This record gives sequence, C-alpha cells and structure tokens, in this order.
Amino acid sequence: MRLSARTIVVLAVLAILAVVPAISAWTDVPFWTDLGRRMMILSIAALSLNLLMGYGGMISFGHAVYVGVGAYAVGICAFYDITDGYVQLAIALAASALLALVFGAISLRTRGVYFIMITLALAQMMYYLGAGLDTYGGDDGLPINQSSDFGIVDFGASVPFYYLTFALLLLALLFMQRLVNSRFGMVIQGIRSNEARMQALGHPTLRSRLAAFVIAGMMAGLAGVLLANHTNFANPEMMHWTRSGDLIVMVLLGGMGTVAGPVVGTVVYLALEEFLSGITEYWQLIIGPFLVLVVLFARGGLLGFLSDGRRDG
Amino acid sequence: MSTLVVEQLFNGIQLGILLFLLAAGLTLIFGIMDLMNLAHGSLYMLGAYVSSTVALASGSFMLGVVVALPAILLLGVLLESAVLRRLYRSGHLDQVLATFGMILFFNEFVRVVWGPAGIEVPLPPFLTGTVYPGGVALPVYRLVVMAVGLAVAGFLYVLVAKTRIGMLIRAGASNREMTAALGVDIGRVFTLVFGLGAALAGLAGAMAGPIFAVSIGMGENVLIQTFVVIVIGGIGSIRGAFVGALLIGVIDIMGRSFLKDIFGLFLPFDAAETAAPAVASMLIYILMATVLFFRPQGLFPARTG
Repeated sequence: MRLSARTIVVLAVLAILAVVPAISAWTDVPFWTDLGRRMMILSIAALSLNLLMGYGGMISFGHAVYVGVGAYAVGICAFYDITDGYVQLAIALAASALLALVFGAISLRTRGVYFIMITLALAQMMYYLGAGLDTYGGDDGLPINQSSDFGIVDFGASVPFYYLTFALLLLALLFMQRLVNSRFGMVIQGIRSNEARMQALGHPTLRSRLAAFVIAGMMAGLAGVLLANHTNFANPEMMHWTRSGDLIVMVLLGGMGTVAGPVVGTVVYLALEEFLSGITEYWQLIIGPFLVLVVLFARGGLLGFLSDGRRDG
Repeated sequence: MSTLVVEQLFNGIQLGILLFLLAAGLTLIFGIMDLMNLAHGSLYMLGAYVSSTVALASGSFMLGVVVALPAILLLGVLLESAVLRRLYRSGHLDQVLATFGMILFFNEFVRVVWGPAGIEVPLPPFLTGTVYPGGVALPVYRLVVMAVGLAVAGFLYVLVAKTRIGMLIRAGASNREMTAALGVDIGRVFTLVFGLGAALAGLAGAMAGPIFAVSIGMGENVLIQTFVVIVIGGIGSIRGAFVGALLIGVIDIMGRSFLKDIFGLFLPFDAAETAAPAVASMLIYILMATVLFFRPQGLFPARTG
C-alpha cells in the first residue's frame, strides 16, 4: 500500500500525540501533557462536527453546546455526589442526544444561512441558560471537585487519563471511518450532493440527517465528559458561540470531508494559538487575518494542500 | 404598575428599533448576496468606538455620529472589495470562516487601540432630559433614537420600493444571475448594499453608545439577536426585519421585566426568582423556534425562487 501525503501527516500527528507524555516527563514540562490531552479531546469534538459539515453538508454553528452539555452532566452529577463515571457518561450521552434531537428537529427544517443562524441562536440560548443556572454556578461555572470514577482508569491521574483519551480518539477515528463508508454514510453524502434525488430514491432524508445530527451531538457530549475531567470545571463559556466557531475552524483547517482531517486541524490550531500567544498578548490580531488568508488561498484546508487536487465541495 | 408597563414597552420598542438598524442591512446582505456575514457586529462595535472617541475628543456627540457614519461605510466598502467579494461564489462555510477571522481581528484591534476597559459616552445637555406625557417617564435621547430609526425605516422603504437603485436591489434579491444577464453591474449593487448595511450598523453602534456600555464584544450579543430578528422576519425582507425587530425588542425587555411577576402567580417565590431570569433570556429563542416550526421561511419570506 502506497501511503499518500495526507495519511503520512495524519500518522505523524498521531505518533507525536502518542509520545507527548514521555516528552513531557523528559523535559519536565507537565504542560505538554495537558495541551496534548486538550488537543485530543477537542479533536473528538471536531471529528463529530465533521460528520455534519464535511459529509452531511450541515454547517452547524452551535456544536460546542453538546460539549458543554456533556461537561455539565459530569458537573451536575458530581454536584450531587454521583461520581460513578458510567452513570455520568450515560447521562451525558442521553442529554446530548436528546438536545441534538430537539435542536436538529427545529433547525434541519431549514437550509443555508438560515441553518447557520438557527443553530447559532439555539446554542446561544443554552449559553444563557447555563449562565442563568445560579444553583450550578451561573456565570462563574461549576467546579468539579471529584473526577469521574470509571474504576479501571484514574481520571485524576494525568498520564493514564491521557492514554485513555488517546484510545478514545483512535476509537472515534475508527468509528468515523466505518460510519462514513457504511450505507448510512453514503446516504448522508448522497443527501449533501443532491437531496431531491435521494428523496426520489425513497430515502427519508430528514430522518437520516437528524440521525447524523444526534450521532454528532453524542460524540461531542463524550468530548464534554472528557473536557470536564480535564479542566475539573463546567462553565457556560464552553458553550459560547466562539467555541463553536473554533470547532468550525478546526474542521476547516484540517480539510473537510476527510476522516482524520479535523484531528490535524485541531492540533495545528491549538498549537498555533499556544505559539502565537507565547509571542504576543494580541495573538488574535494574527490569527484573524490568518483565517481570512486560509479561506482565500488554501481552500480545502491544510490537508487539501497535500491532496492531488481533488477537493470536496 | 401600568406606567411601568408602558415605560418598559417603550424601552422594548426602542431596543427593537436599534435591532432594526442592524437587521435591515444584514437582511439585505443575506438576501441579495447570500453572504453569511458574522462581522456585522464588529461594524456596530467599531461605530460605537469611533463615534464615542470623536465625541469625547471634540465634546460634540453629534460630530461623533457624523464622523462614524462615513468611516464605517468606508470600512464596509473596503472589506467587501478586498475580501468578501471573492467569497460570494465559494459557499457559506468560507464566509463563516473569513468573517469569524475578522471578528477575532477587530475585537483584538479594539483592545489594542482603546484598551480592555469600556468607554462611557456622555450625552449633550439637550438630549439628556426626560419628558412625562401622561405620567410616563420617557428619556428624550431614547425618543430621538426611535425617531432616527423610524426615519431610516422610511428612507429604506422609499429607497427599496420607489427608486431605480431599489429596483436593482430587489431584482438582485429575487434572481442574481438574471439581473446580471440583463446588463446590470451586480457587483456595484453588492458593494453599495454592503456599504449601506455597514453604515446602518455604524449608526446603530453610535446611537447605542450612550445607552449600553461601549465595550469589546458588544457587537456579538447584538449580532445574535439580530440573527433571530432576521430568521423571524424572513431573509431579505426589510418589512420582516422591522416587524421582527420590534417583536424581539419588546418581548426581550418585557420578559426580563415582568416574567418574575408572571411566574410568581403560579410558582413559589423562590422558584420564580430562579427560573425567571433564565427563561427571560431564552424567550426570544423560543419565539424563534416557534415561528420556524410554523413558517420555516420566516414571517415575510422575500425570496420566491
């Protein structure tokens, strides 16, 4: 099998992520482990968004909400002294699935600019709801004193948690790879290209798109569970619309419609953020125009640069 | 109690008028160019900063507004011709990404130039008074904002419905390709509409200065409210923007003011106290979802095709 440039980049990124804790221990900079874990958690969220954006053609501008719901599920459980990780996970997945079902049912009735604005507005509503929940910390957020208890892996310990996240990321990649090549994945992509034709072929297109929306929401919810344990915190800021914007940037930067693209995009975006904010306090002055330049000159994202010219719309 | 209701109703209408200034430009930009412009809120923010800076330096509030208007118009034309023009054909995602980048840039730019603290804008003496028609306290400045907003609404109506330029705008909104094929330089119409939208956003920012805090990120909250207005009103429809803006303004303000009392009628005091603020801030989004459920194209769909 000849490896394409794209595959090599993805494998290299995963290989680097695999050894980050070792580098961290060797250089005695625990921060690297932290950063690497954050990259992987957000990669899972970006992967799920890519199912919608890259394969389903649905530009959801509120995907961070499901991450926030996952995090709040952990936070609120811990608040009532429920620390059993499996219970927390079940609640987080159920809550994000339910919310995605409701929001999807509302927003998927619309197209284009409408869809973007509606997902954004619904997400902002949840942000205000989180900020309004005074019992659970309101604006300030909800500190989580005890990490989720999964029995086998200690979420409080830095390195085991890191590798669990790594394993989940690999699983998520595998899952996406299988999903987009499955019959369901084909239907979703078919709808993106020509919904009328899929309908004519007898596919219930709204139901398929809704299913994709719920699956993506649940994966983001899983990322939220991890993120809550990573930061020991759940706050409305996680659901802020700029977080959703960040996720879109990560997906686009890596190149949409490639399974592993979002991982590369996330790693590059967070690394860039880290690097630039080390140089100047005003790093957004650089990243903003950088995004504009990416749009104007690097359509198809960073991995699109490496492809053989074939690009997904 | 009833005067309080009237006062808050008045505040709601006034917020609605401000939202209309933003929504009118944005709905045209969405409707005609099919452009997803997140940076509209940044133009509003910059309008507020430019006008308040000029106002503080010169001591004249009016001069601030007069300077901000063309400055933001110019900025809008610049953004359109340098970046956004190239994105009309490349899909919403690229537009989202590029304008998101612009927001990051402008927010940081404001932080560098004006610092992280907000700006207080004093009003000139002739605008600071309050009038009491029928015992209801109405601040003069808010009346002026309403008058300006209504004047703009009238101006836009005449512009879009009665002039040749308006005809081109409407033609562009209903069928871009056909309009271009008939020999209209649609690129120039686009630039004009974008500049007009930018100027209105700048005007809204300049007028919002003395009412709300002039601060970084002020544009983003109002931007999302504006989206709700446009979704409710129907993309591309000025009339929809007007109705939607008033609806959102009134419901938002009334919800924040009276929901606690309404909840108190059937909930225990504590529960009403906790639930009301959270529900009040969700109210306009619930309204949006409801409207969408019954009319996915908004109340006044402008597009036929």
